[in-house]
Amino acid sequence: MKAPEPVQQVKHRRDSALATLVGAVPYAGFLGIQFERHGDELTAVLPYSEKLIGNPILPAIHGGVIASFLEVTAIIELSWAMLWDELESGRLTPEAMADNLPRLPKTIDFTVDYLRTGLPRDAYARARVNRSGRRYASVHVEAWQDNRARLFAQATGHFLMPQRKNV
Amino acid sequence: MPQIDAQDFINALPFARALGMRLDQIGEGHAQISMDWDARFVGDPATGVIHGGAVSALMDTCGGAAVLSYPGALGTATIDLRIDYMRAATPGQRITARAECYHVTRRVAFVRATAHDEDSANPVATASGAFTFDRKEQP
Repeated sequence: MKAPEPVQQVKHRRDSALATLVGAVPYAGFLGIQFERHGDELTAVLPYSEKLIGNPILPAIHGGVIASFLEVTAIIELSWAMLWDELESGRLTPEAMADNLPRLPKTIDFTVDYLRTGLPRDAYARARVNRSGRRYASVHVEAWQDNRARLFAQATGHFLMPQRKNV
Repeated sequence: MPQIDAQDFINALPFARALGMRLDQIGEGHAQISMDWDARFVGDPATGVIHGGAVSALMDTCGGAAVLSYPGALGTATIDLRIDYMRAATPGQRITARAECYHVTRRVAFVRATAHDEDSANPVATASGAFTFDRKEQP
């Protein structure tokens, strides 16, 4: 039996692939969005900053920031799910990925429900790929701030998948 | 509603200012807001196309402005917004959104919006949404 890959090596490989994927999206960096990873599960984090405010009187996070945060989360999750098997099998390495960035899914439509005011503090989001076919995918995203059970926004989007070679 | 000073409106919204939005027109339930293409707003580095989320932020702001300009409006917040992306916005081109608040009830405003780049005949995206409608109480 082949010896299992050392745990630090596994983590490094996954984390560097994720960093490459996220780092390639300028708008995610502009908003300050980060991703935490546990196994294949991703949690997006939006650290609070003053420029994210839409209503300074309340104050509340701008609806457009919330929509952007959810859409970034959906696209990264979908790309991550698309690349996971290739990365795990070794057919794709983080280095090869950095040299030749994968094409990202394209948003067809995106619907956001604003459930509560976005408070001036950090926000978190997780996306679930409900259906991912060869061409189209449907993704649901949930976002919260203090309590995981009290969502402040959710969204559903449809995406056109990039055509991957040798998969 | 009281006269809205275009630059005051944008300056009051830190995120609208961060995206460099400009209020071009507003009044009677209609608004037009535009923003420049910027490398920081790119979603797909392979194409240089602006992220859908930035277009969404523009449409949301424009929708809110349209509601605020509806006669009798005091305040608003987005309840839901659906965006359909028809095509990629051309990198380097300014994006303009136009929104119309086409119906209001006592508590709810209905909005539709369109965004285009410098090719105004082919929309980049369309949107429709519901907004809260806080109005002056009738005596």
